[in-house]
Amino acid sequence: MIGLSHYLLVAAALFCIGVYSVITKKNAIAVLMGIEFMLNAININLVAFNHFMAPSQVIGQVFAIFIIGVAAAEVSLGLAIILSLYRQRHLVAIDEMDILKW
Amino acid sequence: MDQFTWLIPTLPLIAFLIIVGITYRFKLLSAIVATSFSLGSLFLAISILIQKIQSPKTTETFINWLTLTANQQTVLTLQMGYLMDPLAAVMCLIVTLIATLVLLYSIGYMKGDDGFSRYFAYISLFTFSMLGLVISNNYFQTFVFWELVGLCSYLLIGFWFFKPAAADASKKAFITNRWADFGFLVGIIGLFTHFGTFNFAELSTVISLHQNTLVLLILGLLVFLGPMGKSAMFPFHVWLPDAMEGPTPISALIHAATMVAAGIYLVARGYILFASVDSVMIVIAYIGGFTALFAATIALVQRDIKRILAFSTLSQLGYMMMALGVGSMTSGMFHLTTHAFFKALLFLGAGSIIHAVHDQDIFNMGGLVKKMPITVWTFVIGSLALSGIFPLAGFWSKDEILTVTLQHHFMGLFILGTLVAFLTAFYMFRLIFIALFGDNRSGHHAHESSWTMTLPLLILAILSIIAGLVNTPWFYQWTGMSFSTFLFFKEPEVPVIHWSIAVLSSLAAMSGILFAWIIYSKQQISADKLAQRFKGAHTLLLKKYYIDEIYGWLFNKGLLGLGKVFNFIDHILIDGLFDGTATLIRSSGVQLRLFQTGRLQQYALVLFIAIAAMTIWGVR
Amino acid sequence: MHLYSLILIPLIGALTLILIPSKHQSLIKWTSAIVGLLGLALSIHLYFVFDKSVSGMQFVESIPWIPSFWINFRLGVDGLSLSMVLLTSIIWFTGILVSWNFQERVKEFFIYMFILVAGVFGVFLSLDFLVMFIFLEIAVIPKFVLIHVWGSGKKEYSAIKYTLYLLTGSAFALIAMMMIYLQTTTLDLTHLATLTYSAPFQKVIFLLLLIGFGVIIPLWPLHRWTPDGHSSAPTAISMLLAGVIMKLGGYALIRIGIGLFPLGAAFWAPLIATIAVVNCIYIAFVAMVQKDLKYVVANSSISHMGYVLMGLAAMNTVSLTGAAAQMFAHGIMAALFFALVGLIYQRTHTRMIADLGGLAHQMPRAATLFLMTGLASLGLPGFYNFVSEFLIFVGAFRTFPVLATIAILAVVITAIYVLRVTQQIFFGPRNPRWDGLKDISGLEMIPLVILVVVMLGFGLIPAPMTNLINQGIDPIVQHEVMKGQL
Repeated sequence: MIGLSHYLLVAAALFCIGVYSVITKKNAIAVLMGIEFMLNAININLVAFNHFMAPSQVIGQVFAIFIIGVAAAEVSLGLAIILSLYRQRHLVAIDEMDILKW
Repeated sequence: MDQFTWLIPTLPLIAFLIIVGITYRFKLLSAIVATSFSLGSLFLAISILIQKIQSPKTTETFINWLTLTANQQTVLTLQMGYLMDPLAAVMCLIVTLIATLVLLYSIGYMKGDDGFSRYFAYISLFTFSMLGLVISNNYFQTFVFWELVGLCSYLLIGFWFFKPAAADASKKAFITNRWADFGFLVGIIGLFTHFGTFNFAELSTVISLHQNTLVLLILGLLVFLGPMGKSAMFPFHVWLPDAMEGPTPISALIHAATMVAAGIYLVARGYILFASVDSVMIVIAYIGGFTALFAATIALVQRDIKRILAFSTLSQLGYMMMALGVGSMTSGMFHLTTHAFFKALLFLGAGSIIHAVHDQDIFNMGGLVKKMPITVWTFVIGSLALSGIFPLAGFWSKDEILTVTLQHHFMGLFILGTLVAFLTAFYMFRLIFIALFGDNRSGHHAHESSWTMTLPLLILAILSIIAGLVNTPWFYQWTGMSFSTFLFFKEPEVPVIHWSIAVLSSLAAMSGILFAWIIYSKQQISADKLAQRFKGAHTLLLKKYYIDEIYGWLFNKGLLGLGKVFNFIDHILIDGLFDGTATLIRSSGVQLRLFQTGRLQQYALVLFIAIAAMTIWGVR
Repeated sequence: MHLYSLILIPLIGALTLILIPSKHQSLIKWTSAIVGLLGLALSIHLYFVFDKSVSGMQFVESIPWIPSFWINFRLGVDGLSLSMVLLTSIIWFTGILVSWNFQERVKEFFIYMFILVAGVFGVFLSLDFLVMFIFLEIAVIPKFVLIHVWGSGKKEYSAIKYTLYLLTGSAFALIAMMMIYLQTTTLDLTHLATLTYSAPFQKVIFLLLLIGFGVIIPLWPLHRWTPDGHSSAPTAISMLLAGVIMKLGGYALIRIGIGLFPLGAAFWAPLIATIAVVNCIYIAFVAMVQKDLKYVVANSSISHMGYVLMGLAAMNTVSLTGAAAQMFAHGIMAALFFALVGLIYQRTHTRMIADLGGLAHQMPRAATLFLMTGLASLGLPGFYNFVSEFLIFVGAFRTFPVLATIAILAVVITAIYVLRVTQQIFFGPRNPRWDGLKDISGLEMIPLVILVVVMLGFGLIPAPMTNLINQGIDPIVQHEVMKGQL
């Protein structure tokens, strides 16, 4: 029987992968993907908690959908920034993006 | 007729507006507009004066220009209106008459000047302001027009603004007057604070009941600062000689006959304030007397024809102020009236001469009597009147002043006055013998001026001869009134002649003329040798007692120095303090910035470690 | 009429400008001018529908805003705020016209300017401290961008200096506001006026407000942002800065400081009067030795605001009316001064007094207008400045005779520096260097003439404006008298 803890473990694993990717990857798109990993890990948590703790309500699902919506907006913005940076300066490596730095 | 009083200043104002708005490009039309409107004012002034002579009652009308209320109660009222009494009527006549003559004269004098219309506009504005001042019924309105005549004086002295000397002189005149007006302004505000009104009539009622002499003393002296500035009393006299940089008709109108007399007029108008405290009157008398002597001595050695006349004006204004100070308003006003005629005549004559010779140095003139007889002989009449020769206008008024000085037991001032009479005759005839008679020293080609210029000279010459007669016993016997009974303060004074004083002052004047004749016409005594002999005194007089230099030093070192000090405080101390704070924050930022490496992923690592740590700590 | 329309007009104007592509410069300018004219027309309309016989707030409207904290979007107008609204709209409109030859990023310039004006209208109309505070910030912040982007000279320094000074001031005002709120749990000015406060509380609050709003006036020694800020700003912004922004401080100090905390105000009045004298005299001396024309004018503004402070310190009807009238008169006069300096700079490309000279030959109109403005600034009768200064002096003399006398001395110092500058720039022999210069054209004359007419018109017939202000000031003073007795 697959219980709550299984879901939580999967989510935690996903989250850690996301963190790892955010911290170590040089490519900005990979960093963005890492962030998506983290957000989805939370989504899994929310849905799982909802299912096991309060099945009658759908709060967790609603929250998850919200996060998906926000994440979509955030990704499109992030990609837009990365794309325009790439077009103008041919940059994808995150540590080379220092135009606004002091 | 009194109800038309407001029209007297309004006509020149309309002329000003017409010239500025419509006829600015049509030069001659501007002059005609200005002159004809001024003539209209003159007729009004004459008819009002005649009516006043028939029934000398005072009329006062005003509107509330501005009223402030607090809790439905009026706390401040500023009035604009007119007060028509004999004093105002006489002054209106003088101003409109001289203004009309000067305007007529200026048509010839200013011919061909680029600013012809501007000139006539300014004079119209001046006439408006001066008349507004004359008919004013309260100190506030007086102050308003007081400043406006000052403005017109500034504009007209600096009329040829491209001449640095003229620009300097106009600025000097305005600022010197501002110092004096500062006192005047504080004085009238003090009057309002203490007595709750600016109105002359109401003030005279409250002041005569008031007991606190200290307040009256302070306020009287403060208000008197205004007249001191406008009438160029020592130590505010410095602007008047420099004001001669303006066109000569302006010197005649503003800086001899009318505006400078405004100070005298104001003292006469607010006489009750000054007369209520003896020490104020004494200050007024001695400042007047000192200025009279001081200016007369400087006039002895000047070379510029207009400057000589300017110092003479200063001296005569001092005379009038002295008369007011010793307690005779009528004699001061009488001298103001006669002086207006003959000094305007002298200035216009000087203008005519300058117009012909194109030079202002009297030593570059000479031999003018054949070439321009009307100018020369009217000038001589003016000089005789100024020197106080019987029976010309100056004789009567000067005599009157000396008499009252003696009557009020000011022996020192009487001697001083007689001495000034001698000096006046001397420097005027020095001017005449050098500049008008003798040889042509510079080869100039002078010729008589046109009729617009000589006609005013003739009219003023006639007035200079006969104007004094209105205050003689004979006139009083003939008509039952005289200048001093018409224009009385407290009780009418019937004119009498004190023959001893008359003889004494005539002797003084005659000997002055005689000395001038000996030195400058016969050349029995060399003027140069005299100058060599008294070199120190001569230089002192030539440099006008170094007052200008002292003021210049005070301004440059004192005021500008203070400005530099304050500027330093502003820039170094205050900016230093505030910018220093900013710099401190900035430099600490520079140090703290080292924590910010700018590596995004490093931040993220720290972030996650921190969150993990907090979570573990929280769970535990 | 609805007062929020007055705040909305500039905001809608800004929105409209956003929609216009920036290459259509003349369309942008015309739109701006029309919006400005609309604002001017609306405030003049407000003047005529305003009932001058009734004292107190009129056209009050209240929109619930943060109901849980009892904060409402309350607007209202009395004689005092109406005079300030008129001043703002006049300077706004003329400022737009003066910027007609502006080329650089016109669209953004006008957008920022409009936001600023909306903030200013908001301050003058709001009846809630929080709303007023927010509008104050809206009025202050766009100026940073305006100076920083469109300025001249050391504009970055000036912009940052200006912002830091004003924000520091705001912090003090914010502290005062929070203290008031904690004490009373309301920020509604009409409600606050009905409450009584202990004397120590009033003293603390008033001091905080004095520093907070005093920076805007500006109060010595917190004045140093003014010369740099004014001088670096573009012409229209200098006009708004000297003409309107500086008045926000005085207005707020009268409305909130004196209006609500009369005991505190009375306690600090001697200090204010002393600072007023320093403002008048000290700054006048500083103005005398400046080498840059715009710095002279900027310093003269501080000096003239000293008179306002003097009027505030005396706290009677005459002096406060004079102070508010001086804010109006000085606003118009300063705007005219900066507009003229801008026009001269645009032609000669220098503001150094020593470089200029003899300009009256080439630019007689400029010379005439400059002289008139200078004369207004030195308080010559015939200009509204004279009336206001006279009222301040009469009012202040009753309370502080000695200090008022010293302050009157500033009239002389002002005459010295104004006439010196006028002579140095315009008089003297013809300078061939300026021979090609054109005088002010007919089109450029329009805003200048509007300002001159206002200045002269109220100078000759002062009653309409002065009685309006009097009507607004009187309840404040009566309230002060009443609370003073408690």
